[in-house]
Amino acid sequence: MKKLLTGNEAIAQGAWEAGVMYACAYPGTPSTEILENIAEFKADIIAEWAPNEKVALETAAGASVFGARSLAAMKMVGVNVAADPLFSFAYSGVNGGMVLVSADDPGCHSSQDEQDNRYYAKFAKIAMVEPSDSQEAKDMVRVAMEISEDYDTPVLMRITTRICHSKSLVEIGPRQEVGKRPYVRDVNKYDLVPATARKRRVAVEKRVERLAEFSETTELNSIEWHDKKIGIVASGVGYQYAREVFGEAASYLKLGFTYPLPINKIRDFASQVETLYVVEELEPYIEEQLQAAGIACIGKAKVPKIGELTPDIIAKALKGETIPLVESDPSQVVARPPLLCAGCPHRGFFYELSKIKNLMITGDIGCYSLGGNEPLNAKDTCICMGASVSMGHGVQKISDRLGDATKVVAVIGDSTFFHSGMTSLLHVAYNRSNTVSVIMDNRITGMTGHQENPGTGFTLQGMPTKIADIPAIVKALGIDAIRVVNPLDLKESREALAWALSLDEPSVIITRWPCVLKKHSDADKQEFGNYIGTCRIDSAKCIGCKMCIKTGCPALRFDKAAKKASIDATQCVGCKVCLQVCPVKAISKVGE
Amino acid sequence: MSDVKSILMVGVGGQGTILAGKILSMGLMAAGYDVKMSEVHGMAQRGGSVSNQVRFGKKVYSPIIGKGQADILVAFEMMEAMRWLEYLKPGGKIVVNDFRIPSGPILIGACDYPEQVLESLKTKADTTVIQAGEIAKQIGNPRTMNLVLFGALVKGMNLTDIDFETEIAANVKPETLKLNLEAFRAGIAALEK
Ligand SMILES: Cc1ncc(C[n+]2csc(CCOP(=O)(O)OP(=O)(O)O)c2C)c(N)n1
Repeated sequence: MKKLLTGNEAIAQGAWEAGVMYACAYPGTPSTEILENIAEFKADIIAEWAPNEKVALETAAGASVFGARSLAAMKMVGVNVAADPLFSFAYSGVNGGMVLVSADDPGCHSSQDEQDNRYYAKFAKIAMVEPSDSQEAKDMVRVAMEISEDYDTPVLMRITTRICHSKSLVEIGPRQEVGKRPYVRDVNKYDLVPATARKRRVAVEKRVERLAEFSETTELNSIEWHDKKIGIVASGVGYQYAREVFGEAASYLKLGFTYPLPINKIRDFASQVETLYVVEELEPYIEEQLQAAGIACIGKAKVPKIGELTPDIIAKALKGETIPLVESDPSQVVARPPLLCAGCPHRGFFYELSKIKNLMITGDIGCYSLGGNEPLNAKDTCICMGASVSMGHGVQKISDRLGDATKVVAVIGDSTFFHSGMTSLLHVAYNRSNTVSVIMDNRITGMTGHQENPGTGFTLQGMPTKIADIPAIVKALGIDAIRVVNPLDLKESREALAWALSLDEPSVIITRWPCVLKKHSDADKQEFGNYIGTCRIDSAKCIGCKMCIKTGCPALRFDKAAKKASIDATQCVGCKVCLQVCPVKAISKVGE
Repeated sequence: MSDVKSILMVGVGGQGTILAGKILSMGLMAAGYDVKMSEVHGMAQRGGSVSNQVRFGKKVYSPIIGKGQADILVAFEMMEAMRWLEYLKPGGKIVVNDFRIPSGPILIGACDYPEQVLESLKTKADTTVIQAGEIAKQIGNPRTMNLVLFGALVKGMNLTDIDFETEIAANVKPETLKLNLEAFRAGIAALEK
């Protein structure tokens, strides 16, 4: 049977077919749906959300060492977080097969950088596969499991946004029950004290040699002969683009196994074509290795390394073709940046934050990143998950040492706090910086599409579980000044900020209100009730001062000609933030 | 590849482009075509610009449509048609919904919604304007607007021989099926004129 699947769905199906028993991840676009889909196979696979990627990889490593096939998935920056266990697990090797899926995001569709994680395979000296469509993504999970067990290596499966989120036809198969391998204590392999590490270092080099031989013969690296004037070496979705653009006017060496590269096979292919192109997204990962091996090729001299590739970019770069375009009229387009949703609980608090002077706001990653956009403009920095609290500490320490008036407020989401904000806050409490850290607890992992987290009361596979108590954690870390507020209540938010900023010690404000798009659990319904009614503006009373517009709610609009604000009732959920800022009480709630 | 056709649907997060893309792909697949469909998730839920790309033919390689490659551009929101115009193949068709969703800068009064979108599109390509919002309202549920546009797309690409109604039935809630089918047929009819 054939199904139309995204690459992420196909990897989930592949994991099930390959007999995976344990899978773990921390969400992150474009990887999130891999675990969400694996979670559906409740009877056969234990699937879990971890608080962060390091934990996800370590749990999968544990399952593997004990003898089960396991998988961890993450977005590319997640691999940075998981890099520590990755490099040493690469030394100890596996028992049951283990695959790490890294979802890269060329073009930064939803990421803070554009790193090329193929270098991780070379750096950690582990095998790597790169599918170019959904069928391959599914099939390669099984092949990668076999490679992992045969060569005693974790395998990196490197995919990109277009592989993750494009659908193509996939042949569905049955599950292969591989069972669990026996576990036998082997300290010379799994206990990486220096003496073991030195021995494993040698084993790793031998493994790379054996994998290089495998790379020369595996069908994952295949040649498609057509016209020999041009030869193209390509991997991942880059192959599909090149194949589209050149058709049968070129021959292809399609690489599905990309660490180690099949250098001899490539050299042989190169010797039979007149010109050799390398088509790869982002960095010259393949090209550099060909250059080092003395194989002449053209890659990044023509194909851009910045941004995502598309067929037209390749046609232009390698064929010099300029594709005729219908020109757009820029005067008839206005930008459409993402906005905090109508009723988003982050809005009210950011509105109050944006009014405070002499403040540096260290931000973090999540929906609340949008608090930095117009018209709220309440953010100075954002580099990576968890950094808000620790960067804020660095700023405040220097500011205080120099007697500068700058005060810091760090803002971080609930999921991000669990991910890596807790260690940052421990640093703040331990080293006593006079910062205000705000944990914006919207009771869910919002930005990536509503995943459960340790604070929500449910696991990935829907089991009710213990709820991590944020105020208790904060207190245990060593913070005494803690306030929990309703962020939709502007007065309460304002007062909490004023209180925290007046203190001579580190403080934490927890804003507690669920994401407006969250499906409320029974506990949510009890604590927060339901949204009923909408807000309405009495246009006779409206003086056109735009105070409500400054909250940046997409349900509010301003009619320039009439100089009046109005509310789109289909979007409004009645959160009443705008109502609280109106100086003439023109806004009221109806239908409550 | 000359036999491969490329369909680009654009709109604003929440307008239902993804469902339309899904029904389209399933129908094409059932009709025996190789199909690839692509969409970018991410910030879409937060009211950003979204695209859904479907390519079909005997054998499809690229899952995405390059600039200047779409046979048809179906815009669920009119300003989005202009934003994505460069992806249209010269000589390709535009089906545009006469429907405005103001973006952030417009909401806060920093810019105005552009006034000449439809006129300008008409000077650039074979453009059909449809009142999908109005049609959906008349049918009885404004949310069926995406099926109206989908119907127009099917007619615009001459795909009416394919049984999309079965796919619609498989992808919408049973209680909304009747209205959705009506919307789909109204969309086809809107382009027949
Ligand atoms: C290391 C790393 N892992 C994952 C992500 C993807 N990511 C971005 S925001 C986010 C979740 C944010 O959730 P939360 O902190 O609860 O804030 P919310 O979006 O709910 O406001 C995730 C998982 C990332 N950017 N970096």
